[in-house]
Amino acid sequence: MNRFAELLDRLAYEPGRNNKIKLIAAYFRETEDPDRGYALAAMTGALTFKNAKAGMIRALIAERTDPALFALSYDYVGDLSETVALMWSAASVSPGAHARAGLSPQGSGEERELMWRGEQRDLFEIPKPERLLRNDPSPTLAEVVETLSTLGKAQLPAQIARWLDVLDETGRWALLKLVTGALRIGVSARLAKTAAASLGDKEPDEVEVIWPGLAPPYTELFAWLEGRSDKPKSSDPAPFRPAMLAHAIEDGDLDALDPADFMAEWKWDGIRIQAVAGRDEHGDMVTRLYSRTGEDISKSFPDLLTSLRQPGAIDGELLILREGRVQSFNVLQQRLNRKTVTPKLTQEFPAHLRAYDLLADETGDLREYGFAERRARLDAFVTKLDDPRIDLSPLVAFTTWDDLIAARADPATGGAGDDADAVEGVMLKRRDAPYVPGRPKGQWWKWKRDPMVVDAVLMYAQRGHGKRSSFYSDYTFGVWNGDDELVPVGKAYFGFTDEELTEIDRFIRRNTVAKFGPVREVTHEADTGLVFEVAFEGLQQSTRHKSGIAMRFPRVNRLRWDKPPREADRLETLEKMLKQGAISTPLDSAKTENQS
Amino acid sequence: MRPEQILVPMPSGLCSKAGGFHIDPTRPVDKALITHGHSDHARAGHGHVLATQETLDIMRLRYGDNFAGSTQAITYGETLKLGDVTVSYHPAGHVLGSAQIAVERKGLRIVASGDYKDVADPTCAPFELVPCDVFITEATFGLPVFRHHDAAGEIRKLLHSVAVFPERAHLVGAYSLGKAQRVIAMLRAAGYDKTIYLHGAMEKITAYYQQRGIDLGPVELVRGAKKAELAGTITICPPTAMSDLWSRRFPDPVLAFASGWMRVRARARQRGVTLPLVISDHADWDGLTKTITATGCSEVWVTHGEEEALVHWAHMQGLKAKPLAIVGYGDEEEHEAESPLPPQSGGEGAEKKEAKP
Repeated sequence: MNRFAELLDRLAYEPGRNNKIKLIAAYFRETEDPDRGYALAAMTGALTFKNAKAGMIRALIAERTDPALFALSYDYVGDLSETVALMWSAASVSPGAHARAGLSPQGSGEERELMWRGEQRDLFEIPKPERLLRNDPSPTLAEVVETLSTLGKAQLPAQIARWLDVLDETGRWALLKLVTGALRIGVSARLAKTAAASLGDKEPDEVEVIWPGLAPPYTELFAWLEGRSDKPKSSDPAPFRPAMLAHAIEDGDLDALDPADFMAEWKWDGIRIQAVAGRDEHGDMVTRLYSRTGEDISKSFPDLLTSLRQPGAIDGELLILREGRVQSFNVLQQRLNRKTVTPKLTQEFPAHLRAYDLLADETGDLREYGFAERRARLDAFVTKLDDPRIDLSPLVAFTTWDDLIAARADPATGGAGDDADAVEGVMLKRRDAPYVPGRPKGQWWKWKRDPMVVDAVLMYAQRGHGKRSSFYSDYTFGVWNGDDELVPVGKAYFGFTDEELTEIDRFIRRNTVAKFGPVREVTHEADTGLVFEVAFEGLQQSTRHKSGIAMRFPRVNRLRWDKPPREADRLETLEKMLKQGAISTPLDSAKTENQS
Repeated sequence: MRPEQILVPMPSGLCSKAGGFHIDPTRPVDKALITHGHSDHARAGHGHVLATQETLDIMRLRYGDNFAGSTQAITYGETLKLGDVTVSYHPAGHVLGSAQIAVERKGLRIVASGDYKDVADPTCAPFELVPCDVFITEATFGLPVFRHHDAAGEIRKLLHSVAVFPERAHLVGAYSLGKAQRVIAMLRAAGYDKTIYLHGAMEKITAYYQQRGIDLGPVELVRGAKKAELAGTITICPPTAMSDLWSRRFPDPVLAFASGWMRVRARARQRGVTLPLVISDHADWDGLTKTITATGCSEVWVTHGEEEALVHWAHMQGLKAKPLAIVGYGDEEEHEAESPLPPQSGGEGAEKKEAKP
């Protein structure tokens, strides 16, 4: 438990993804089974303990502390688990219990002599509690997990108290986080699996593939990763297959490609998912929906799950369809991240799968076939399934690149029709490309519609984290409103090179007009200030921003050192863009879940 | 005899009319008794200063030769008659030369403990318990959430991190007087024998500690070291330098901070610390309460810090207790620990100066 606690403690402060992976991998290397497996389970969200609630923790501490001291402490710390973790053993120290036997009231000269030779002594050495006389009595993570899974609600408080008695501050904090299910250490399931995979120099997707067939404490997984046994076989009838990804088209890329080698389809602005159905050993159909990274998201879309009536694995885009028309990402967004899926929600936001690839069917795995072959089978599969919730993503007809350029510029007349608003570009796929996990070169291309750009003025800057911790790298920028005042319209953290970052940082340090904690206000007058060309993918109305507008995926496209702030764009320009409607999709990170 | 006839708490410090002196005054006075060299307790400009030799030396290093009109050194345990009172200095275990000052008159003894800690520190004399009637204590960490007992464990945490990230540099923010040298000494005690690098601000005091016979192993100024050479190394610097331009000379630095404040996660996060090390030169809650009890005092005066909780605790023990609300103590740490940015005026200049190796 102590080592797991140290890991959580460290992860909670570490902002860098690669550094987190290193820390987790080091822990897996240094820790034995089954503890490390339970740690992996905790980080991937595979553990839940129903009975431990904040109220119980509060009751435990109330029995042990003076209410006034607790109130002052809680007020200072601001987090219940942390306050309890820090105060806990203070509670068991009765005042005056520590006799000063053997202390000479006035230090002798001898004692001072000892000090100069580097001798250490603790004048108030605490009588060693019984636990220190034994060899580390603190529970292992496995003990905690296994005990909690069998313990009844009535015995829980006393057990938690016993553990809290023997753990240190960090251990107590981690225990309380673990049992109340609120780790909040900025580690996703994917990251934890990536760290595990790194033990055996494996790709995280290899772990994803076998993951559904594994259970805590994952001893067979670690045995394989450490080269001590064969790869665990997945007996899962509806496994995840790691996704194939596309490269972005850059200027000039098309010139090197022959249009005859490729097929094109629309790039939909939804969430990329994998819908899998298969029969288990009893002949019962098992159905699952996976996110692009292999997370099981079946529970969120029960309405779509029932449509998976044929064994197979469809790669496609999850969309919300109303009256046959694809809704904007904004609408889909309202269905995502809901804890409970009510009938009202599924009725109002009906889930739909737009299929663009078939990875397996009744005959088995199809990934070795070329895309054209899989596409033909997909066509047959979807026709045979004949379900209103699952349809085929149409191909975009073209013979020359100019045809495709025209379709991309105007999807409505290019074949997308009424659904054109939900198109964010086109996908190009080689006819003969097998389905390969990861991002193989030259097989799939994504070609997004051009981003919107505005010129905006840098207003505030904040220091970044990790490697950027001394740089002002988080920027708030604004445009002019009707009263000729700058109003903030967004924040950008990237898009610039390291050299540009250094220049911006220098500008900020020299042009700071005020400081609010970690934030600097930067000169933003009509004639002095820094103009950014900001690129973004969409706009939406926002009540959170003073400007009433929020940008999706904003980044610094160019530095306009040449441009005085007075020539930056105005709020009306953005409002006009918003009204034109073609780009009314919202800000969200789920954006990255599509085919890109 | 009432204690106030010996020492009167004033907003600017403790004043003894009977002895004709102030203890750690926060503004210039004629005669000052100084507990230790931190700048919030030891200020320049007094007429006469009585302190341990180490404290006088540290004041001289920090303020120059003319920091006081005249000075007098006193050793631990030595007794001195000042006016109607008797004073003596006793180790406080806080930093090198730190002292508690006992003031006695007609059988009534008050101990002004300055800043102190009751745990081992290889760089200074251990805290000495002085029985007294009135104990004047700090309360920097006067809340039962502050518990700093495993400093050696924190050093192990640092060394583990160095082992996991050999390609990164480790910056350890530490106050330049006391904490920096203690961290170095503890690293040595843990078996770390490589060169430890220093920020320029640490140079004078660290050299002074070495000169006083405290073995800190190989230490070198980081100035001049190449970026690539700093991978896998440990550098001690003032806490403010970690988020400064100065830190750019290090490869992907891990930002550690050795302070009692690191016990509370929000405090560490606010400062952007990625490796908080709970190492304090002040007594923690257990240390404060045990020490107060051990002195056998019947009355507690609390100079600065989280006095509310400590006064409440003392009342529960049946002791008389009051906060003194002395303005200005805790500032050295506040300055080094709390201000994430340099002061507005001249801040840029200071940053630029440091940026040049």
